[in-house]
Amino acid sequence: MINIELGHYLTLGGVIFLLGIVGIFLNRKNVIVILMSVELILLSVNINLVAFSTYSNEIAGQIFTFFILTVAAAEAAIGLAIIVSYYRNKGSIRVQDINEMKG
Amino acid sequence: MPYIIIFLPLIGSVLGYSLKSLGDRYTEVITTLFLFLSALFSIIIFYNGIVYGEYGNYKIIEWISSGNLKVNWSINIDPLSSIMLVVVTSVSSLVHLYSIGYMSHDPNKPRFMAYLSLFTFAMLMLVVSDNFLQLFFGWEGVGLCSYLLIGFWYKKDTANNAAIKAFLVNRVGDFGLAIGIFLIFNYFGTINYNEVFTNVAEQSAKEINFLGLNINLITLISLSLFVGAMGKSAQFLFHTWLPDAMEGPTPVSALIHAATMVTAGVFLVVRCSPIFEYSQVALNFIAVIGMVTAVFAASVALVQNDIKKIIAYSTCSQLGYMFFAAGVGAYHVAIFHLFTHAFFKALLFLGSGSVIHAFNDEQDIRKMGGVWRKIPYTWSLMLIGTLALTGFPFLSGFYSKDAIIEFAYFKNSSIGYYAMTVGIVTAFLTAIYSWRLFFKTFHGKYNNSDFPIEKTHESPLIMLIPLIFLALGALFAGYAFKETLIGHYYLDFWKNSVFFIKEIEHSHLPLWLILLTPVLVIVAVPLSYYLYIKNTDILSGIKKLNEPLYNFLLNKWYFDELYETVFVKPVKIAGSFLWKKGDQNTIDRYGPDGFSKMIKYISNKAVKFQSGYIYDYAFVMLLGLSFLLTYLIIK
Repeated sequence: MINIELGHYLTLGGVIFLLGIVGIFLNRKNVIVILMSVELILLSVNINLVAFSTYSNEIAGQIFTFFILTVAAAEAAIGLAIIVSYYRNKGSIRVQDINEMKG
Repeated sequence: MPYIIIFLPLIGSVLGYSLKSLGDRYTEVITTLFLFLSALFSIIIFYNGIVYGEYGNYKIIEWISSGNLKVNWSINIDPLSSIMLVVVTSVSSLVHLYSIGYMSHDPNKPRFMAYLSLFTFAMLMLVVSDNFLQLFFGWEGVGLCSYLLIGFWYKKDTANNAAIKAFLVNRVGDFGLAIGIFLIFNYFGTINYNEVFTNVAEQSAKEINFLGLNINLITLISLSLFVGAMGKSAQFLFHTWLPDAMEGPTPVSALIHAATMVTAGVFLVVRCSPIFEYSQVALNFIAVIGMVTAVFAASVALVQNDIKKIIAYSTCSQLGYMFFAAGVGAYHVAIFHLFTHAFFKALLFLGSGSVIHAFNDEQDIRKMGGVWRKIPYTWSLMLIGTLALTGFPFLSGFYSKDAIIEFAYFKNSSIGYYAMTVGIVTAFLTAIYSWRLFFKTFHGKYNNSDFPIEKTHESPLIMLIPLIFLALGALFAGYAFKETLIGHYYLDFWKNSVFFIKEIEHSHLPLWLILLTPVLVIVAVPLSYYLYIKNTDILSGIKKLNEPLYNFLLNKWYFDELYETVFVKPVKIAGSFLWKKGDQNTIDRYGPDGFSKMIKYISNKAVKFQSGYIYDYAFVMLLGLSFLLTYLIIK
């Protein structure tokens, strides 16, 4: 029976973080998936925070996690709202179609 | 007063052209009026010079003062320049007046008049200069104006080509002149006439190394200066531009290519007589070139058919006379011939302009004839011009041309006798071709089928008045100024403006020599009348027998073709090689074109970075961040 140490948590956090980043880059279809990827990144950070907070017996990290969750929820709400209004204006939320930043 | 003479033409030119919106008439009046004033003052100065000996040097402004090079803009009035002033301004003013009539159908009258005045200004600067630099300024100025005026009808390709040709050929000569001036400055340390001329004697034995040859300094300077003179005066080897220059309007031919600009070369040789006198080699060279030109041009003139080209070759030939006169040391006679020649050659040119006008712009003498009753004034004026040119007794050409032949005889050397023989032969040839021109133009059958004889018309009065003045000059200028300019006491007039080491002695002239030329000239009249009008079969027979010779002459000794193959074609090939291979394929390809291509290529690639997709930007940001982090961690 292996002991679950700090390293495992950090590895899990790293894996989720990478999933989030790769999700942003590889996804070419749906903006909502990008939003989900961003959530994943935030989540991985939360795992890190909680892991370190237990490891060093410091409650501040876990409190900070709650703030991040709140912000993430707000962000998700705003992001979805933007997507809805974008869809209304442009008629599509396919990632390929969103290249307005090209000069 | 000298200032007024010199600057009136310039002011006229500038005022006339800048205010051309006031109308053509305004420009014509102002330029012509100023020129006439200038001519009037020139005559006064000339008169004062002869009678009271009033000469002097008038400084305009200091030009260059650098080290020991000190050059002023100045007006040097001496006998030589005063006579040139009269020639230039009087002929020029008459040509101005004539142009008002001749150019009346041209839309660019103000430009034409302004160029004419500007030309006169440049020529005046040339003749009144007291140093070589100002001379060079005038020299180039007349070259430029000549280019502008030959190419005046710039829509005609032939005119443009002729203008470029004149400019290029002159440039070759100018190179020689420039070399001469450099040499003078290098060895004399100054380019002011007075200082140079007083030091010539000291330097006369000096030998210098030039391109590996040991050569006498004075000879080298003289030859270089003479190359310049050859270019400007259209002497043998440099003559090709002059006949082509007839593409310009006729007044231009009269002013520039007969009376003034082409005489600049003769003027230069005479002005530098103190230098030339010390180099017998150079003098002989001048005499030889003069002789060759005289015979060559006269022989070509015999068979040409364009009325203006015949007169152009005649000019060339007469310039040859002036040069061999200078070459045998008779500088004052050369100038005397220049003086008389200016009148009758301008008369002939303007007269031929009047003929061309009468035939509605026809220049081929084969398409003329039989019109002398229709245009009696032009006919009689041309008659005077022809008589004067051929040296008919007691007209102006007679005095000057015979004087040249006599002085060649007095020279008493082999080159002198050659010159004399050539002079007599050329005088005969001159008579033949002049009468050929005259008879074919005015007598015989009317030969122009395109233009009915009823339509030929006399020129307006404004064109005839200048002709009448010139005719007076052609009739009397020789007789009136003979004693002053080349008589026994000629040095009273010339003072020190021409220089002789050894004066030519006036010994007794044999009777046969006195009579030979006039007799030949007079015999030429009925002879050419018979050959060209009465019985043309003889000539066509001779023409058939000597077909190659005839073609040789008709094609001007094939000089244009020779230059085409020797100079123009190789230069063209070399030029197009350098242009295509050197410039386009090497410098441009790897230089500017290469750079612009590379930048275009790189920026095309760089544009791809900016896709507009958020994830691309995010990816780049991530990459950057990880590089930075890696760097910070490793450090």
